[in-house]
Amino acid sequence: MPKDGGIGAPTRRREDYRFLTGRGRYSDDIKTQGECAAIFARSTVAHGTIKSIDTSAAAAMPGVLAIFTGEDFVEVGGNPAGWLINSRDGEPMKEPKRPVLAHGKVRHVGDAYAAVIAETVQQARDAAEMIEIDIEEHDAVVNMKDALAGTTYVHDEIGTNQCFDWGWIEDNRAATDAAIQGAHHVTTLELVNNRLVPNAMETRCSIGHYDTGTGDYTLHTTSQNPHLTRLLLSAFVMGIPENKLTVIAPDVGGGFGSKIYHYGEEALVLAAAKKLGRTVKWTSDRSEAFQTDAHGRDHVTKIELALDEEGNFLAFRTETHANVGAYLSNFSTATPTFLHGTLMAGNYTVPNVYVNVKAVFTNTAPVDAYRGAGRPEATYSLERVIDMAAREIGMDPIELRRKNFIKPDQYPFASAAGLEYDSGNYDALMDQMEKVADKAGFAARRAESESKGLLRGFGVNAYVEACGIAPSNLVGVLGSRVGLYDAATVRVNATGNLSVMVGAHSHGQGHETVFPQVVAEMLGIDPGSIDIVHGDTSKIPFGMGTYGSRSLAVCGSAVVRATEKIIVKATKIAAHMLEADAADVEFKDGTFSVVGTNQSVSFGEVALKAYIPHQFPIEDIEPGLEETAFYDPANFTYPSGAYCCEVEVDPETGKVRVNRMTAVDDFGNVINPMVVTGQVHGGLGQGIGQALMENTTYDSDGQLLSASYMDYAMPRADDLPFYTVDHSQGTACTHNPLGVKGCGEAGAIGSPPTVVNAVIDALQSGGKNVTHIDMPVTPHRVWSAMKNAG
Amino acid sequence: MYAFDIECPTSVADAVTALQAEEAQPLSGGQTLIPTLKQRLAAPSTLVSLTKIPEMQGIEASGGTVRIGGAVTHATVAASVGQAYPALADLASRIGDPAVRNRGTIGGSLANNDPSACYPAAALGSGATIITNTREIAADDYFQGMFVTALEEGEIVTGVSFPVPEKANYQKFIQPASRFPLVAVFVAKYGDGVRVAVTGASNEGVFRWAEAEQALSANFSADAVSGLQVDDSNLIADLHGSADYRAHLIKVMTGRAVTAAA
Amino acid sequence: MAKVSMTVNGTSVSREVEGQTLLVSMLREDLRLTGTHVGCDTSQCGACVVHVNGKAVKSCTMFAVEADGAEVSTIEGQANADGTLSTIQQAFQEHHGLQCGFCTPGMVMSAAALLKDNPTPTEGEVRAYLDGNICRCTGYHNIVKAIMAASGQDVSAIAAE
Ligand code: FES
Ligand code: FES
Repeated sequence: MPKDGGIGAPTRRREDYRFLTGRGRYSDDIKTQGECAAIFARSTVAHGTIKSIDTSAAAAMPGVLAIFTGEDFVEVGGNPAGWLINSRDGEPMKEPKRPVLAHGKVRHVGDAYAAVIAETVQQARDAAEMIEIDIEEHDAVVNMKDALAGTTYVHDEIGTNQCFDWGWIEDNRAATDAAIQGAHHVTTLELVNNRLVPNAMETRCSIGHYDTGTGDYTLHTTSQNPHLTRLLLSAFVMGIPENKLTVIAPDVGGGFGSKIYHYGEEALVLAAAKKLGRTVKWTSDRSEAFQTDAHGRDHVTKIELALDEEGNFLAFRTETHANVGAYLSNFSTATPTFLHGTLMAGNYTVPNVYVNVKAVFTNTAPVDAYRGAGRPEATYSLERVIDMAAREIGMDPIELRRKNFIKPDQYPFASAAGLEYDSGNYDALMDQMEKVADKAGFAARRAESESKGLLRGFGVNAYVEACGIAPSNLVGVLGSRVGLYDAATVRVNATGNLSVMVGAHSHGQGHETVFPQVVAEMLGIDPGSIDIVHGDTSKIPFGMGTYGSRSLAVCGSAVVRATEKIIVKATKIAAHMLEADAADVEFKDGTFSVVGTNQSVSFGEVALKAYIPHQFPIEDIEPGLEETAFYDPANFTYPSGAYCCEVEVDPETGKVRVNRMTAVDDFGNVINPMVVTGQVHGGLGQGIGQALMENTTYDSDGQLLSASYMDYAMPRADDLPFYTVDHSQGTACTHNPLGVKGCGEAGAIGSPPTVVNAVIDALQSGGKNVTHIDMPVTPHRVWSAMKNAG
Repeated sequence: MYAFDIECPTSVADAVTALQAEEAQPLSGGQTLIPTLKQRLAAPSTLVSLTKIPEMQGIEASGGTVRIGGAVTHATVAASVGQAYPALADLASRIGDPAVRNRGTIGGSLANNDPSACYPAAALGSGATIITNTREIAADDYFQGMFVTALEEGEIVTGVSFPVPEKANYQKFIQPASRFPLVAVFVAKYGDGVRVAVTGASNEGVFRWAEAEQALSANFSADAVSGLQVDDSNLIADLHGSADYRAHLIKVMTGRAVTAAA
Repeated sequence: MAKVSMTVNGTSVSREVEGQTLLVSMLREDLRLTGTHVGCDTSQCGACVVHVNGKAVKSCTMFAVEADGAEVSTIEGQANADGTLSTIQQAFQEHHGLQCGFCTPGMVMSAAALLKDNPTPTEGEVRAYLDGNICRCTGYHNIVKAIMAASGQDVSAIAAE
């Protein structure tokens, strides 16, 4: 049994008290004396040239303090893309400027072309309606294939709608083509990975503050990584020196990717604060969120799987069109490439993989990483085509997967898509899944469903993903413009309690509880004496934030390294106190003792001594007890899993219900199983939502049809079942100190193909010859598919 | 929202007077109106609240009729008419969500006549009488198309009177985002025939499915409708379902309602 | 402007508000009770659920004026007098029924209303009752479990730590 509050314990979360009693502090909860309000005027058309903007009537409205348009930001920089992708021909990707406010053209519905600052929100909104904009409308570029064929450009200055045409791995292309050419059987599937809106329940909010006395700026904002926002604002957009800008993200109400990025509204409130010498606040409403938060997924893919007579995989070849929307969001170019193409070998020993991705500009909101980011797209393509192949060649889908799995003795395994998997045991996961899901009992459950007139299907899936993002050396080669290490400072206060400053920032993951578990275990002290400090660039050394299931694997490793340094120094102090040689001092359970004696000092005594260094050997040991570590991972981590679910389909209406959902994951070692399970639950909810309900639809004019919860189907409690989650089959990560892999995205990666596979199985069991339905598998789509299958 | 005042009269007469003001608009439970106001799709000068008027509260069941005050909430209907008119209570218990049911009112729903609302199906399916401050209107005359009713400017739905059928049932197939009906069917069997009202499906708002009524009046079983076809030429086609899908669902939901009622 | 008076978590308050002031705005902006959240503009997410005269309502879909004379309770008034968590709040913590915490006030208020009417709800009843409360983080598993546990039911058969 793990120690309460130590590694492996399901410690209850300390942050819950404030959230449960209404004392959380989210950005919009902050109210500052003398604050004023910003409201954005947003385009109602998808594509057009701005002929003129007349703000005079608006400026004369009561309470109006200032109005900004794109003109005001011509001199400042654009919001950049974080990854440079080169096309197959070696050409760098196209990077049109993403301005703070639209200038010259509006490029999607919701594109902000002006901002009004007024005393109250109501006044700002009234005035924003009075801004007169004259727009010459152009045809909207919406469909990706049309975008590539047409001559209407989202960004005229680049003369194309193609951002890049990327091949991975170009050297494998000929061999992959040859393998497919000569294969015994090839299964081909064209599919859509539906566009999603992340929909964190807290909408974005930014508050700019400028201190007219010192010239310092402060930005409170809903961010998963305040340091990156500061870096982008400083180095690219506003040119504010980093030492004059503090970015604070207080409690963050969910993010799922959408709050990784820097958005123009953040720059605007800072510029306005400076101009007015007032605090300027903007809170997005949900309608704005639908139009302007970075969306996710939106791939159209053709995948081919080549097999030999025995069912061995010979090659995967994919062609994907990836929508990047109207502007490049910060990680938008990494998501369909290095977070997607590199995973296209899946859990398999397949020798040949080739991936082609064309990224396309359209007159839609920017698209970027959303929970899983690229890996759900990869897994969905792979696991759907494998299921289809199994059906075509008449092999059990589990058997076909097992036949091609990488075996436990093959690690480290160099995948055909260019990654080196360090550990895993896919057969063990599959075994466990079959057991906990009671696969054996499925036939009886199917009979039971059929007796009620319902079709029942069983769907499976195996996935491997790359997280713990990411080794800077590797991503640097791949085009990343930043390093992806993380940092932590462990400060032991004189009275023995600790403040741990971490670069990761929780938006629901429970960092305040989990990081102390690690430190408490290492130091043998009460976790209650350890507090986490996060989300404030003025208090933390540096951080690359929370996404890509990286907090524990990367930032947690930095915490371990910093704590190790604390132990080294504290041991020296203890040795001095004990008048012993440091080499003879042992640290265990919070006590330093001289080996072979009964002399000891506690951790608390050492802490006090560090700050009251009377008779200290100051030439050997500095006073104080505080250490910082930056940790850069040696490799990605590779969580994997085997999932299954059972669905019931109503053949009369097409309605699908997920009845049972089982997720067996290998996350390596687990620090807090309660939190890990909760993360999987959340991912499953979103994955089932993607599979069955959620879709972002633009019409051919670029109007967003699914623009509110009236038309964008969010999963609710009665759409979802209880889940079975198991992480008993972990294989420790071999290259980070905790042996952890990351659990935040798995559920959203593993579940969509599982659900769709189950629906197809159900329909086939009912004699309907349906082989594929695109997500979301809505009742209407199921009904149509059944009807078309005859 | 634009700026406006709210008045809370305590009698129908005062409400009627208040509604005569320029750009005055009635406010019932507000569960549809307030989101509309947030989008700035309406700019009233005054909202006249109808929820503090005692005359518009109360439910009476007698002589085969259930009469419900216009300002009675869905939650109250759900909790109160289970004995007198179970299908109506069941319908009310599934409108929106619990918090919406605690505010939304039957009068507000009928006055708004959203093409996907539940109550219009019950009112039309029951052949109810809509009672206003000036007159009584038969449901068949009251619903005149999407968001259109027989109400005059300033006229208030003060109550609704439902004749209680021998059997009735409401089957709702929800639109998964809004949770409003994608298609819902209210079937009620009276001594003199069967009424079938469909909501969610038509560009004309709630409507009666005459062929089904005829068939069911002759033979009250799901089989009676299985051979019928719904004309889909005026049905809604949107993100959530095509017209022919809605036509299909009308048939399925009608059959299920009959089976559940029978 | 109109003057409204109400009791909020047992304390009488009076404020001058405009007609269009929503109850949630009065709570958050005027009374600085920021535990009640706003997550949408279409009355669907339930982050704003409070009790008015003992009934769960969406405070984003009710004007402050309409709550004149009412007894309002919000998440800030749910804990025991000594500051310890109520049974429902405790169950949410014990069963990890919250992650980012943004939907949580609305969930707790809805749960309290449910258990008042239905002291031992089934899983299906809990799920149906939460139809107007959206959570994007938890997949609902632990919320449903927490509410069932708060009602005194044995939830040990429902999976997870
Ligand atoms: S804020 Fe979403 S329902 Fe009230
Ligand atoms: S806990 Fe984040 S929305 Fe529910």
